[in-house]
Amino acid sequence: MNAQVAEAVAPEKKEFWRWQENTWVDESKDWRDAKIVTCGIDVGSVSSQAVIVCDGELYGYNSMRTGNNSPDSAKNALQGVMDKCGMKLEDITYVVGTGYGRVNVPFAHKAITEIACHARGANYMGGNKVRTILDMGGQDCKAIHCDEKGKVTNFLMNDKCAAGTGRGMEVISDLMQIPIGELGPRSFDVREEPEAVSSVCVVFAKSEALALLKAGYTKNMVIAAYCQAMAERVVSLLERIGVEEGFFITGGIAKNPGVVKRIERLLGIQAIDTQIDSQIAGALGAALFGYTLMQKQGAAKAA
Amino acid sequence: MIANYGYKDGSGDYYISIDTDRCIDCAAGRACLTACPKEMFEIITDDYDDEVACIKQANRRSLAYDCADCKPSGGYASLPCTTACTPGALKHSW
Ligand code: SF4
Ligand code: SF4
Repeated sequence: MNAQVAEAVAPEKKEFWRWQENTWVDESKDWRDAKIVTCGIDVGSVSSQAVIVCDGELYGYNSMRTGNNSPDSAKNALQGVMDKCGMKLEDITYVVGTGYGRVNVPFAHKAITEIACHARGANYMGGNKVRTILDMGGQDCKAIHCDEKGKVTNFLMNDKCAAGTGRGMEVISDLMQIPIGELGPRSFDVREEPEAVSSVCVVFAKSEALALLKAGYTKNMVIAAYCQAMAERVVSLLERIGVEEGFFITGGIAKNPGVVKRIERLLGIQAIDTQIDSQIAGALGAALFGYTLMQKQGAAKAA
Repeated sequence: MIANYGYKDGSGDYYISIDTDRCIDCAAGRACLTACPKEMFEIITDDYDDEVACIKQANRRSLAYDCADCKPSGGYASLPCTTACTPGALKHSW
C-alpha cells in the first residue's frame, strides 16, 4: 500500500504530526562492487537515520522515527536499508554513530558529534561552497560554520527548548489538525502575512493558537504566524555566529517551505538546494567520516 | 574552532565561547580547570582528535545561574576563568 492510500484509509484518529519515513537505495549501483562500505547512524531524539556510503559515495539510507531506546532505533534504521539491498552487518567495514544516542549504537566503531557530522554531510549535499549550516533537528537547533572541506570552524547549539525544532512543528500540526507536510504551503495561503506569534514556546502554543483562532485568525494564518516566529527564532541564533554565503539547511524542517522561505526572507539570502533528503545529513556525514578513517588506515573490504 | 556553549532565553543570551585552537597547545597549563569555582570546564578529545576545553554538559543549560556568583549584579572587573586563561580562548556573551 503506498503512503497516499495508507493515509486515505487511516483510522479516525489521524496522527497529523506523522512525517514520511522513507528508505532509498541507488539502484544504478551495486554495493558489492565497492571496496569500502561504511555506515553512519544518527540516533536523534525524534528521528533516526542509517546511511550507507560506498567508496565515499552515498548509496542508500533509511529514515524513521526514533523508538523507545537508542540501540533498537539504530538497529531498525540500519536493518531497513540493509534489507532493501541484501546487505548484512558483516558487509559493512566501519560504522560511525552520531546524534544524541550516538554512544548507544551497539555495533558502532566510533562516535562523532552531530555538529561535525552535519557539517560533513552538508559539504557533500550542498558542495564545498557551503559555509553556514542551520540544522533544525527534532529537539535542538544548531548553527555551524565550516570550511571548504566541511570541517567545523564555529558552532552553537540550542537544545534548551523545543521552539524552532521539529518537535515544535509536530505540536502545531497536531493542534491545527493539519498533516505536517501541508503546513508550509498552507502558511502562504493567507491574504496578508500575520505578525509572528509572541511565543514559540511549545508549552504556550496551545493557548496562544486557540486565542488567535478566537480572535478571527484562520488556521492558515495561525500556521503562518508560527512559521514566522520559528524563522525569527532560528535567525537570531544564526546571527550570533554570523551568516556567510553558501547557506545550507539540514534536518526535517528544511522540508517545510513555510519556515525556510521566511528564514531566507529575513536573512536576505537563498539556501542552497539539494536533491538529497535533508534529514540524513548527520548520518551521511558520519558514514563519510568512516570512509575517511578507513582510507587512512588503508583498509579495504576483504575480497 | 570556536565552540559556543550556552543558550538564549527570554532574559538574554548566555554563551561561553571557546577558541579551541588556542587550547591545543595551552600555554596556561589548562588553568581553566582549576580557576572555575564551579568546575565547569573539562578537557575532551574533539571530533578532529584535538585535546580542547569545553563546558560540561550539566552546565550548558544553566550558565546564567552557574556563573551568577562571579558576576554580581553590581558589576565585576574580571572573571576567574577569563583571567586564568592567558591564551585568551574564553569569552562570555553577557
Ligand atoms: S580554555 Fe584557556 S586555559 Fe583552558 S585549555 Fe583552553 S587555552 Fe587553556
Ligand atoms: S564566570 Fe565563574 S563560574 Fe562562570 S565559568 Fe567563569 S569562573 Fe566559572
